[in-house]
Amino acid sequence: MEKVTTTHEHDHYDHEGSKLGMWLFIFTELLLFGGLFITYAVYKYLNPEAFHMAAEELNVGVGAINTVILLISSATIAMSITALQQNNIRLTKVMLEITMMLAITFLINKYFEWGAKISHGIYPGSDHLMEMSRGEILFYGLYFFMTGLHALHIIVGVAFIAVVYSKILKRKVNAERYVLLENSGLYWHLVDIVWIFLFPLFYLIT
Amino acid sequence: MENEKHHIVPIKTYVYILIGLIALTFISIGVTHIELGEFTTAGALILASLKSWLVLSYFMHLKFDNVILRIFVALIVLVFAAVVAITFMDYMYR
Repeated sequence: MEKVTTTHEHDHYDHEGSKLGMWLFIFTELLLFGGLFITYAVYKYLNPEAFHMAAEELNVGVGAINTVILLISSATIAMSITALQQNNIRLTKVMLEITMMLAITFLINKYFEWGAKISHGIYPGSDHLMEMSRGEILFYGLYFFMTGLHALHIIVGVAFIAVVYSKILKRKVNAERYVLLENSGLYWHLVDIVWIFLFPLFYLIT
Repeated sequence: MENEKHHIVPIKTYVYILIGLIALTFISIGVTHIELGEFTTAGALILASLKSWLVLSYFMHLKFDNVILRIFVALIVLVFAAVVAITFMDYMYR
């Protein structure tokens, strides 16, 4: 009579442990983007004029709209956790649907923003870009790489949220076991935080 | 905090935080449009840090979760700040 055995199918559920693991992964992501931010800062320090001229070309309006989109999507995924904790599956689903829709809207805006730059002949390795100064080549190189890597994280985030969404439909993620939803939320907020710094650095500070 | 029941953040809290975040976004757009020279970058970075702090504390539940996570995040921020400081010391005084 020393052990009480439960006949659950999945007993390897460790809420705290799962969350800690997700945070450790997020730290590696923060340092990845952090390294890129330092690269940006150093090159801006070495080429202030070129970075000023190139940053003026970016569309503050599109950047601001995308910032608001990501902030709202972060709030809606946070709300979906509250809804699931309260066992309100319908609201959980609606909030996750809004989050995914906003993420896709972000990507569509990004497509048009990049498209406008590319149609002006500005893309990595283009003849037009290669005629510019070293500083401007560096600025656009970092712009495409950092916003591109961020967009890749948006795509991964949507896929992650979609997986969690399907698990909620199957009741595998529920009011008792919701750490997967929390972890997808943590990932999504990470993507939001990266954009919180990308937006002022590339679009606002000229 | 240590009991089995997890903290449930009311949806209203998230609405307030979201309004705050959007307001800070527009403030940072406004601030960077004024010519403040060197302070433009500092101002924009302070506002971005403030926004990140709101996201980390409320959206990412650090305010309500195990303290160890808060300590880890603080350490990561310190490591990053140290790397930034060392890198710039190198470039400014070489």
